[in-house]
Amino acid sequence: MALTEQTQASLSGWGNFPRLRDARVLRARGEAEMRAAIAQERSLIARGNGRSYGDPAMGSRATLSLLPSDRLMAFDADSGVLTCEAGVMLADILDVFVPRGWFVPVTPGTKFVTVGGAIASNVHGKNHHGAGSFGNHVESLTLALADGRVVRCSPQENADLFAATCGGMGLTGVIVSASFRLMRIETAYIRQETHHAANLETVMAMFEANQAWTYSVAWIDCLARGPDLGRSLLYLGEHARADELPAGNGQPLVLPPKATRRVPIDFPAFALNRWSVRAFNALYYRRAQAGGSLIDYDSYFYPLDAILEWNRIYGRPGFLQFQCVLPKATAAAGLRLLLDRVARSGRASFLAVLKLLGKQDGLLSFPMEGYTLALDFPADTGTLGLMLELDAITADHGGRPYLAKDSRCGATLVRQGYPHLGEFQSIRARVDPTGKFSSLQSERLGL
Amino acid sequence: MTAASSQTVLILGAASDIGLALARAYARGGARLILAARDARRLETDAADLRLRSQAEVRLVDFDVLDIAGAGAFLDGLGDLPDVAVSMVGLLGDQAASATDPLTADLVMRSNYNGPAAILGELAQRMEKRGSGILIGVSSVAGDRGRATNYVYGSAKAGFTAFLSGLRQRLQGTGVHVITVKPGFVDTRMTAGMPLPKPLTAQPAEVADAILRAQAKGRDVVYVRPVWLLVMTIIRLLPEAVFKRTRI
Repeated sequence: MALTEQTQASLSGWGNFPRLRDARVLRARGEAEMRAAIAQERSLIARGNGRSYGDPAMGSRATLSLLPSDRLMAFDADSGVLTCEAGVMLADILDVFVPRGWFVPVTPGTKFVTVGGAIASNVHGKNHHGAGSFGNHVESLTLALADGRVVRCSPQENADLFAATCGGMGLTGVIVSASFRLMRIETAYIRQETHHAANLETVMAMFEANQAWTYSVAWIDCLARGPDLGRSLLYLGEHARADELPAGNGQPLVLPPKATRRVPIDFPAFALNRWSVRAFNALYYRRAQAGGSLIDYDSYFYPLDAILEWNRIYGRPGFLQFQCVLPKATAAAGLRLLLDRVARSGRASFLAVLKLLGKQDGLLSFPMEGYTLALDFPADTGTLGLMLELDAITADHGGRPYLAKDSRCGATLVRQGYPHLGEFQSIRARVDPTGKFSSLQSERLGL
Repeated sequence: MTAASSQTVLILGAASDIGLALARAYARGGARLILAARDARRLETDAADLRLRSQAEVRLVDFDVLDIAGAGAFLDGLGDLPDVAVSMVGLLGDQAASATDPLTADLVMRSNYNGPAAILGELAQRMEKRGSGILIGVSSVAGDRGRATNYVYGSAKAGFTAFLSGLRQRLQGTGVHVITVKPGFVDTRMTAGMPLPKPLTAQPAEVADAILRAQAKGRDVVYVRPVWLLVMTIIRLLPEAVFKRTRI
């Protein structure tokens, strides 16, 4: 079996930080090539489309790209169960199945993630409070193990391995394929309501009051301070029914083609500063129209995907994302401290997103019942210092960091924040005693 | 993007990365596909994918480009003559081995020239008789000038390029159109491990799009990335006395 191998001058996650020099990247098309790579390498980690922000999909010795394993295998139009290889992107699934009246059950804020990556990070979406994480919709998956075996896992079959693999950051094996349920939709549009929330208390009360909505997410102006702290826009959404579309739309499941833009260059460092972002945020908050609207699913779920390579606005040094979840009991106090710290630092964050999460699932999965806050910062030493302070607030309030976004947090925070880590590690030790599957992140955090 | 709908498209050498990308592009446009490869059963997962993605009609057939005597029988076995036939067949080989071992060189030559020319020649006969058809040959910029690093492969591609050019001229006015495609560097398993310059390197899907566009526009010769036309024109124009001293 000839495996294709390339040495890349530089490999990094979506945040462009950290960068791995002269990375060895193998590419696998199908199960046989995945197994060949596992047999041949002493240490490796699977990689999808590289949309995790930090270092979980980079191996210090080898990285196995599953992008060539991008084939749809079977679809049952009665149950909506789709079986596909791990390298298929959600974007491909949406292209194929939205026109046939199906949608992915859970989606993160980008559709350019692979199914394998969505499972390994057990991603959540704006519907976590109702639908749970991606892994909750997986009927079964096949996993290539360190010893060369390929096993089926599901909530019934090899259930512990399944629980460790959903959210397991690729450390239990290479996900070969998965079967998961798509959901029925009548149109390709979302009925959205936008609400202004003057501060943190208001937006949290609005989240609680609107849990019957399928989708909810808030954009926070994280530079607002004092009485405006936590000033935000809450976006609620439902899949629009056919009878909610304007009359005359003969093809409710088909979107008109849209242009994508590309960020042509890395932005210079001075383009993003507290003044430019504060001005943008204030304008964005005031310009937002309260009330209802119908928007296509692409604009609703993936506003940033329309600007390809938007990560380049942070320039060559890249950026860091801070995302934590705090349990409900401590969320109000913790979020206040986090936002206050960020606002006082004056460090610019374009993307500041707040979301109410539902129940805990899986062993190393991020979500727990509470609030998650996500913030982007340019990668520099000032940010690293700020993030250590945010980590401390997270730890004090019983929260945890999101491994799919992480590139720099400490092992202590992870050990404290993930109470099932020990259980995860014992399952991992059983199926991969030599630690063949390892990433820069797993080495850094001692996962 | 294409006028491929309801056409039958035969892809020879369909198991290659570009072949599969091309199959997806044609399927998206509504074409019926015949995927021909050595041991075509290997392509069953891909066929399932094409049927699911595009609800395409897909047939898999075994095809050996080196079996020149069997070319006619192979086409007879397809039943109806396809509307479009694309030869993706090629073998890069290892230049060092090709330079020293005549049998290795022979395999590269037959895989890139004799075989593809034979099957396209046979298809041309039949399409000419029918009075319609499109023949697409994937050749290479390597055929534009023989270079030290790959002259065995390059010379076979040069032969194939000349063959396609002659065939196109012969078929002028018969309803059969011949398209020559020169992809340049492509990010595939054939080129894996080679340090390819990014601006000159196309993705398989890009090659597929270029082929469909060329068909829709009725082009004759296509460089997938236009910069290659410039690069190869310069390389071609260098006087031999100068060229032989360069390391291009």
